[in-house]
Formats: sequence, structure tokens, C-alpha cells
Amino acid sequence: MSSLRSITLATLTKDIRLEWRSRDAINSMLFFSLLVVVIFSFSFDPNAEESREIAGGLIWVAFLFAAVVALNQTWARELRNQVLDAYRVSPAPANALFVAKALGNFILVTLLEAVMAPLFMIFYNLRALGPAWQLIPVAILGTWALVVNGTFFAAMSLRTRSREIMLPLLLFPISIPAVQSMVEATRIILAGDGSARFWIVLLLTYDVVFTTACLALFETILQAE
Amino acid sequence: MKRAFPILAVLTALLLTYSTYQALVVAPTERTMGDVQRIFYYHVPSAWTAFLLFVVNLVASVIYLTRKSAKADAVALVSAEVGVVFCTVVLVTGPIWARPVWGIWWTWDLRLTLTLVLWLIYVSYLVLRRFSDSSQTPKLAAVLAIFGALDVPLVYFSIWFFRTQHPQPVIGGGGSLDPRMLHVLLINWLAFSCLAFVVCCWRYRLELLHREVEEMESLEALRGVTQ
Repeated sequence: MSSLRSITLATLTKDIRLEWRSRDAINSMLFFSLLVVVIFSFSFDPNAEESREIAGGLIWVAFLFAAVVALNQTWARELRNQVLDAYRVSPAPANALFVAKALGNFILVTLLEAVMAPLFMIFYNLRALGPAWQLIPVAILGTWALVVNGTFFAAMSLRTRSREIMLPLLLFPISIPAVQSMVEATRIILAGDGSARFWIVLLLTYDVVFTTACLALFETILQAE
Repeated sequence: MKRAFPILAVLTALLLTYSTYQALVVAPTERTMGDVQRIFYYHVPSAWTAFLLFVVNLVASVIYLTRKSAKADAVALVSAEVGVVFCTVVLVTGPIWARPVWGIWWTWDLRLTLTLVLWLIYVSYLVLRRFSDSSQTPKLAAVLAIFGALDVPLVYFSIWFFRTQHPQPVIGGGGSLDPRMLHVLLINWLAFSCLAFVVCCWRYRLELLHREVEEMESLEALRGVTQ
């Protein structure tokens, strides 16, 4: 157990240090989601009262697209110099690698959300009519839902042709219930119409189910070559 | 199996002819919808057959992951392919019926949305199989099939809750089915399942032959290299 934790921690710090030095992923994600926000604001009238109704959808779609940018380069780095092969022959548990990668992506996407959400609020004149604190569990659970499956499918698409396009093709259909839950919960909270409890519980269930599935099957995927 | 195949194919063709006759001529005309309702005898059996094939796909995928049997993988591939075809039939015949009866082509009703999401998941499964050409494709595909199956109940609950909150004015069906109609429906389902089975068998044989050819080709290439 302690080796699992120390390996996870070591991989995670390595990834964060690499990201800190290059800032490739975070910069491209930030700029990308900024572009999405601006383009959406031209497609829909952001000042209308209805914008409260659709803002939940817009914000999560923007994050989903931006997350794919980060997820795509999760494993690409490990392919250079056969790092992944070295990992395969090492006795380190596969799940330590997976958890580290998923946590790394989680931190990246959360950072992105922390920067972009206020911007979104300003551009769309949003203000939560419901209990605003509930947005925090929605954001955490929703981000994890995207990232855990995204990290897994990114590892899966490593072995396919044109893997950059493969990831969204695999990730989006499976993520439909998660995306619907995030969007609905955000909409309910922003519009202050009823309780978002069902959607938060559904998100939690989604997270538990797929985290378990990922941990159970990651070894199979990592060793597939 | 090779010898039984033509007999099976002929029997299926006869059964399909009979069931088509039943659906178009024998079944009573629906009082309010008229003849449009007859699409029901193609739509519903296709849906049942598609769902059955998706279950076969899941079972075969689990067997592949536990036993590493190449035959289970071929079964998984074949059932997903034929399942997507039947699911496409469902998604095409549905709107054709819905337009005159409901007045709209599509509504985001529970069953419609669930079928569409299932279709999307299995299309992504087939795309994965097409785009991945390593020897590990079966393993990746089997894992994706399991993820897809885990997703279905979550999709169900999310749409169910969404739709109970926003009731739709037009939910078709309800009420009871005329026993004669039910009879025709079941005959059609039997015929469609037989058709699916025959197509699956044919495609399965083709897949095994295809793999054999590939294996021979790579052996041939290897022999060329060593000589």
C-alpha cells in the first residue's frame, strides 16, 4: 500500500513538474476554452435572461472540449524514449500509474475551471439563484467523471491509428450521462429551480462505477501491446 | 454447420416471407393510425433483436477477457456489427412512423434517447475496432464493451429523471395490444431473430476465414524473410 502511494506520488510530482516547466497543456487549454466562450457568446445572446438556462450546457461543453486537449497528451509524453515500456516491465503496480495520471489531469482541469468559471460568470452576467456552494461538489464530481474515463480511454487509444481523434470518439458516448448530470445540476443551481440532489447523486454513482471499472481493467490495457 | 447453413437460410427466407405477409395483410388495421401502424412489426422486432445482440456482445466480451478465446472475440465483433445494423433499422423506422402519428420526427423520449445512445456507444466500439490494428484490438474492444454496458443503466436513470421532470405530451403506445397483433409481432420477432442469426453465422465464418488468411499471409511473409 505504501509503495502504491509513493509511486503514485512520485509519478504525479514528475508530471506536475514537467507541466510547470513547459506549461504547454494548461496554456493551450486556457486559450482554447476562452475561444469557445467567445464563439459561444456570438452564437447565443449572452445577455438574455435565457442565458441562465443554457449557461450550464455551454460551460461544461467548453470544459469537456478543453479537457480533451489535456487528456490527449497524458500518455504521449511516456511514449518517447519508451518510458511506457519501461513502466510495463517494472514491478510497480499499474494502478499507481493510472491514479497518478488521472489526478494530474484532475488538477489541470480544475485549475482551468477555477480560472474560466469567473470569466464565464462575467461574460454571461451569471449569478446563482440557487445554493451556489453546490456548484463545488458538481464541479469536483463532474471533473473527475470526465478525467477518470478520459485518462483510461487515452491509454486505450494509444494503440490506434490517429489517436488524437480516437479519444473523443470513445469518451463522448460513454460520458453522456455524466455530461447530462453536470449540465442539469448547474442549470438547476443557476436558475434556482428545485433541488439538484438527484443529479449530484447520479454523478457520484457514475464516478464510483467508472473509477472501479478503470482500476479493475487498467492493468489489462497497460499490458496490451 | 457448413451443411446446415443453406437449410437454415432457406427456412429463414420462408419464415420472413410468411411474417411479412402476416404483417402486411393478415394483421388487423389499427383504428386510429391506419396502415402506418404496420411499421410496428418491423420496428419493435428489430429493437428486440438489436438489444439481444448487444447482450450477446457483452457476454462474448467477458468470456474473451476471462478465457482469451479468439472465437469469443469473433462472436463479439459479429454481434456488435449486426446489432448496429438492426439498431439503425430501429432509428430509421421510428421517425417514419412518428411523423404521421405524433406529428414530429423525433422526441427526446426515454426509449428513443436510450436507443440512440446505445447506437452511439456501439458505433464507437466498431470505430475502435476499425482504427486499431494491433493484435490487442480484441482486448481493447472487450474492455470498451464492458464500459458501454456499465453506462446503459446510468443513461437510463439520467433520461428517466429528466423526462419525468419534463413530461412530454406525446408518448405513444400505452393501452393493450390486440392478441392478433401480438401474434404477428411475435412471428416477426422470430423471423428477425432467425435473420440476425443467419447473418451472424455467415459473418462469423467470414471473420474466421479472414483471420486465417491474415495469419497465412504473415507466415508467408516471415518465410520470405528467413529464406
